[in-house]
Amino acid sequence: MKQNSRLKLFLPLGIFLVLCGFLYVGLFLNKTDLPSALLDEPFPEFQAVGLKDPSQVITRKDVIIGKPALVNVWATWCIACKVEHPFLTDLAERGVAIIGINYKDDRAEALRWLDQLGNPYLFNIADEDGRLGLNLGVYGAPETYLIDAEGVIRYKHIGIVDENVWQDILKPRYEQLQVK
Amino acid sequence: MQGRVFNTLIAALAALVFSAALQANVEVYNFDKPEDRVRFYSLTDELRCPKCQNQSIADSDAPIATDLRREVHRMIQEGNSDDDIVNFMVKRYGDFVRYTPALTNRTWILWGGPLLLLLLGAFAIMRMVRKNQTSAVSDEPEETTQEDKAARMQRAEQMLKERD
Repeated sequence: MKQNSRLKLFLPLGIFLVLCGFLYVGLFLNKTDLPSALLDEPFPEFQAVGLKDPSQVITRKDVIIGKPALVNVWATWCIACKVEHPFLTDLAERGVAIIGINYKDDRAEALRWLDQLGNPYLFNIADEDGRLGLNLGVYGAPETYLIDAEGVIRYKHIGIVDENVWQDILKPRYEQLQVK
Repeated sequence: MQGRVFNTLIAALAALVFSAALQANVEVYNFDKPEDRVRFYSLTDELRCPKCQNQSIADSDAPIATDLRREVHRMIQEGNSDDDIVNFMVKRYGDFVRYTPALTNRTWILWGGPLLLLLLGAFAIMRMVRKNQTSAVSDEPEETTQEDKAARMQRAEQMLKERD
């Protein structure tokens, strides 16, 4: 009996250690890693205009190009996009199809950006009011979606795409989609 | 004089308290029905801003929160139900956007946890009370020091001797 109650004294310590364990793991969780909601769902219906030519109407069927592609959400106000840009240009040279969504941006500035830094995009959709972005579940730039040949969203990467992200995360999925 | 200082202090405090609330909602939304406005406020209060994770979209200044408010307004005006709107947001931003999560396999512990703890506590208290009661009616005190026991043994032995 006495032995038992001695052991019970360690109960708070045990609870405390378990709590410590949870908090410790919590320290290393990335809270910006939200589960992608539209995964394995078709790219949403939308109607927008082109960035280069505002009279050009772009809809969902324009995004389906018959092969897997990256859809990159960018803006000139987004500093991380500038960091990411050279790598996207590099990817485009390797033959990866990239479609741009110019998210809540100024058209003139966006065009100047493409002029100066190069244009890795097949074409750019001007999403001035952010409605397409909202439909995609975008909450910041840059975000990059991987869509398959039928226009189904297969993966969403939040943040900069660089060589590491491409090699470790996007490329394996991209190549798998190419085989299909 | 002192009254004036006090009044100024109160005014400054009030400015501090209310300035954040004033800044957050500058856009004006019009509604066809007054009850739609109530729905708008309750919905934007219940939806969490994806960018600034500890604020609802009603009190966040982030551009994404502005967009989401505009979308909620549009959907209300188009006659969507509250469920439609919440589902629309959950589909795009995940369960995360709900401040009142739906009861699913993954969230039952969130909803049931407090009740579980309450039952556990009640059980523990019941056991403690019962234990106290049984030890109170038992004729031997629970805590007996070594000396106590020895003394009583001696007395008992003496009583037995006397009877003999």
